[in-house]
Amino acid sequence: MRRYILHRLVQLVPILLGVTLLTFAMMRLASGDAVDALYENLGAAVSQEVLDAKRAELGLDQPFFVQYFTWLWGVVRGDMGVSYVSGQRVFETFAAKLPNTLLLTVSSVLLTAAVSIPLGILSAVRHNRAADYVIRFLSFIGNSLPNFFVSLLLLLVFAVKLEWLPVISTGGGMSGLLLPTLTLTIAMAAKYTRQVRSTVLEELEKEYVTGARARGVRESVILYASVLKASMLTILTLLALSVGSLLGGTAIVESIFLFDGVGKLAVDAITMRDYPIIQAYVMWMAIIYVLVNLCTDLLYRRLDPRVRLGEEG
Amino acid sequence: MGTIRKRPLEGTSLRLTLCAGLVGLILLTAVFAPLLTPWDPYAQDMSAALQAPSAAHLLGTDAYGRDVLSRVIVGARTSVFSSLTLVAVICAGGSFLGVLCGWLGGRADAVIMRLSDLFLAFPGMVFAIAVAGLIGGGMVNAVIALAAISWPKYTRLARGQTLAVKSAPYVTAAVMANNTALQIIFRHILPNIAGPLLVTAALDIGTMMMELAGLSFLNLGAQPPTAEWGSMMSKGRSMIQTSPWVVLGPGIAIFLTVLAFNLLGDALRDYLDPKRRGARAE
Repeated sequence: MRRYILHRLVQLVPILLGVTLLTFAMMRLASGDAVDALYENLGAAVSQEVLDAKRAELGLDQPFFVQYFTWLWGVVRGDMGVSYVSGQRVFETFAAKLPNTLLLTVSSVLLTAAVSIPLGILSAVRHNRAADYVIRFLSFIGNSLPNFFVSLLLLLVFAVKLEWLPVISTGGGMSGLLLPTLTLTIAMAAKYTRQVRSTVLEELEKEYVTGARARGVRESVILYASVLKASMLTILTLLALSVGSLLGGTAIVESIFLFDGVGKLAVDAITMRDYPIIQAYVMWMAIIYVLVNLCTDLLYRRLDPRVRLGEEG
Repeated sequence: MGTIRKRPLEGTSLRLTLCAGLVGLILLTAVFAPLLTPWDPYAQDMSAALQAPSAAHLLGTDAYGRDVLSRVIVGARTSVFSSLTLVAVICAGGSFLGVLCGWLGGRADAVIMRLSDLFLAFPGMVFAIAVAGLIGGGMVNAVIALAAISWPKYTRLARGQTLAVKSAPYVTAAVMANNTALQIIFRHILPNIAGPLLVTAALDIGTMMMELAGLSFLNLGAQPPTAEWGSMMSKGRSMIQTSPWVVLGPGIAIFLTVLAFNLLGDALRDYLDPKRRGARAE
């Protein structure tokens, strides 16, 4: 078991090297670097000497691989550099905002599970009846709504028309968390309900269900004691997998609601070409994503002892 | 294909026809957009700024007095064509790589598969945002960013399908008849694995459209003054309290278009696989 976890963590290394190297390469390919962006935003016309001096100060005049390994060496020693714009340490800035994003992610996942699992099961049990059609119709609608449109609609309804909630989230507090969570949940629940439905449906078609029915086992017993137990595995895996799309989705939603998390930080950093922040964002998201997947596999194992983790990949 | 076409029930093929008609209507709108706009989508008229919907401006006007309806119609071009290009590129490129992997096997297969693992092991949209931001705004760059992260899905699928048909008697027969690898791939393998790839692509169009619009919404896609739904909404969001129509027009346009493409994808899937009629939506 311990060896397995270690093995998975070792696999994290090439992934991280790959994505950071790719982001690094993208930055060099981009037209206009951080120094240009910095002075453009100050609105001051500066001479080439000043620009060059600033580039030298930030190490941007170094060859590509020198820059990359300097950065990498820093990360290995736990130093993620300093933001070009604010001048603050990247790690501390990041660590201060990460809890907000994690809170948003966790609350969205929980709410999604709370909404989708019952609806998906209901839809499967009532296959091709009214409830099923209504749920499928709604999830189809939800699937076709981009999350930025959902957030603007929610803002329009709850903040502008009804004035129940603030237009701008403050990051902390329940009211600031509510609309971003709702937005992310609507998109996720729409997709997830369909997945739960198809998983349960598939399980209901298996032979043991027919067998149990033939023996006169009550429908509710079949559902709760066998079918749901068997489907839960797939259902949980799918939920964990959706965390990946959620992490990307938070960036847009955080910027709209001015929610003070890492997603908004990254979007702001991209406009300012604040390289160290972008690097940190990409790296941390990769780490979180891989860790979530690892936890899923471990959970999988706990729920189903037949799964032999060591045999995978 | 010839024999499959007869099999599905009336309902499924009727649904497919209806959905195809709906998507066709959207495509026609996109193609003939410049002829359909009641106003010039780029003409600014500050005296007519932020007017509520009226008979003259059915969806109202934006902060520069431009007609929202006209901009939504022209925006269909940007959104629809860029999403179609994106899906066509990743589907063709990704599938080709996948077929090669499946056919060749060996070292090339291993390298490409590890590479696709790398992309699949990472939250795509996070990377797309970073890439689009770094290579700079613009619709073309947004398409490149999303293409760079979305191809592995097709590579995987095509590889698996190729492996499945590789040992089929007709492929063995083709090998024995001394056909070249390319002949076999194009004449025997691709036609037989096209179904699932097409369904995936059709279902992907809506998602990609939303992600492209999302990038534009973050100012990482289409740049002003280009009429694009995501960027129109981005510009309108600060005025949502006073002039919600600036956001609602393009928002509803995205919603309906994505819905139409999703319905088409769903219908296509059921059509090609009658067993799954409505039962197992993914």
